Amino acid sequence: MSNPNELTIAEARDALRKGDLTAVDLTEACLSAIEAAGALNAFVHKTPEIAMEQARAADDRIRAGDAPAMCGIPIGIKDLFCTRGVPSQAASKILNGFVPPYESTVTRQLFESGAVMLGKLNMDEFAMGSSNETSVYGPAVNPWRVDDRLLTPGGSSGGSAAAVAADLCLGATGTDTGGSIRQPAAFTGTVGIKPTYGRCSRWGIVAFASSLDQAGPMTRSVRDAAIMLGAMAGHDPMDSTSADMPVPDFEAMLTGDVRGKKIGIPREYRMDGMPEEIEALWQKGADMLRDAGAEIVDISLPHTKYALPAYYVIAPAEASSNLARYDGVRYGHRAKLGPGDGITEMYEKTRAEGFGHEVQRRVMIGTYVLSAGFYDAYYNRARKVRALIKRDFDQVFADGIDAILTPATPSSAFGLGEMQDADPIAMYLNDVFTVTVNLAGLPGISVPVGLDRQGLPLGLQLIGRPWEEGDLLNHAYALEQAAGFSAKPQKWW
Amino acid sequence: MSIDITTARKVAHLARIAVRDEDLPDLARELSAVLAFMEQLNEVDVEGVVPMTSVTPMRLKRRPDVVTDGNIQDLILANAPDAREGFFVVPKVVE
Repeated sequence: MSNPNELTIAEARDALRKGDLTAVDLTEACLSAIEAAGALNAFVHKTPEIAMEQARAADDRIRAGDAPAMCGIPIGIKDLFCTRGVPSQAASKILNGFVPPYESTVTRQLFESGAVMLGKLNMDEFAMGSSNETSVYGPAVNPWRVDDRLLTPGGSSGGSAAAVAADLCLGATGTDTGGSIRQPAAFTGTVGIKPTYGRCSRWGIVAFASSLDQAGPMTRSVRDAAIMLGAMAGHDPMDSTSADMPVPDFEAMLTGDVRGKKIGIPREYRMDGMPEEIEALWQKGADMLRDAGAEIVDISLPHTKYALPAYYVIAPAEASSNLARYDGVRYGHRAKLGPGDGITEMYEKTRAEGFGHEVQRRVMIGTYVLSAGFYDAYYNRARKVRALIKRDFDQVFADGIDAILTPATPSSAFGLGEMQDADPIAMYLNDVFTVTVNLAGLPGISVPVGLDRQGLPLGLQLIGRPWEEGDLLNHAYALEQAAGFSAKPQKWW
Repeated sequence: MSIDITTARKVAHLARIAVRDEDLPDLARELSAVLAFMEQLNEVDVEGVVPMTSVTPMRLKRRPDVVTDGNIQDLILANAPDAREGFFVVPKVVE
């Protein structure tokens, strides 16, 4: 089989089970693709020895007839996941040299189901960014391009998106706090789902904003997302917010039948200055679902406009608390101290050297909004607005809406460096369509639907009811089938 | 609400991040810009709204109060920038 690294997870699983392919051959194909793709800067810690060992074990399991769906499937792991014995530094200098002695629950479950780890993937530092440019490793690069400019794969899960789009791995883990799975998926023509808050354990994932963070799969098809999510999800006593609910067979729910389903089109997502192409794509997506038998309903989510400012209070507040642990004492970087420097200087110098600019800014914003005298004005107010944003969604779901269709991003992928001089708010606007979903704890998925005028992928987002990822994936499957998106980036790397 | 240089210095110190004096004006400007963006939240009528504490209406799990882990001192110290005789080492704290 030539170029097995280009297979979907479902195709590879079937070929492995039939004996047409071995996990070792599949893994070697991915490792070669990774070696040839240095220009994408997607894999930042490669683990070929672990991969080959896991592949051989997977082949044994497949031969023995004990092969869960992910058995023998080579994947990449976002650098935010702690992986035992393998550097895990959240793309930050402050975790330089950190080698976890434990395994995150999500990666443990993936490896127990037979998945093969190719290495760790690039991302924005501590998952704070929308372009992968805040990474200590330098940015991952989008395999898609239309001229000599290098484009961002999005962020924060930019390395994951680039690696999946460029066929370096069959799937990758991502995490999503405000859009960090769905925006990079949209920028690279791949599929990314953020599950309901609590569906995947957060244990062993470097924390950014604990009430918003969720892990999810990034894949080349909706079916693959269903397969991989099944292996990642499930209750974990190590995460007190992990849901003690059964994980359904998501793949079995992909019928493509959406007849009679009600799809909401929220009027507040029609933003001023939204590019015509995004508007047209959104309309096209609605038409596709209508043609598939769904009913398209105009809905209102009145507090949408306030989601982004609420997010940029809550997420930095939680980050300032979570990132307090990076103090140069227990792990990672410690600054060289001058004569007379005490422990306060050690903290301050370590954190100034170890955190990049965006992380410092967010930690300080968070510190400010939590500080005495401002807590009520900013943090408590934002939490009240968050309650109203969730109430908006509760209301439309109570009115019988099955899923909500929105654009995934306000634009296609932009050039690396293009936003360098823009103010931070301009970068934050990348999350304008995705951040509401995190605030409300809902599942959301980005599906590639078309190309823009330049030839770059564009995605649409579907938002589902809490805990109904299966139904959401089925809507996404119907949209994927109708859109028939099959474009691939031209190999230039 | 705009942040002046004194406030920027105070926030940096609270966050335990060293910021050079010459960088404080830029920092104050950046923080002010983000806070100005957040001011939009003042337009929302939040009268009587309870601040969200949990996004899913689910009771936190409890478990028996028993030791589940331990005797892994080496693992805990393995990543420390400076560890001696079973302890993390920091600059002298007591004068």
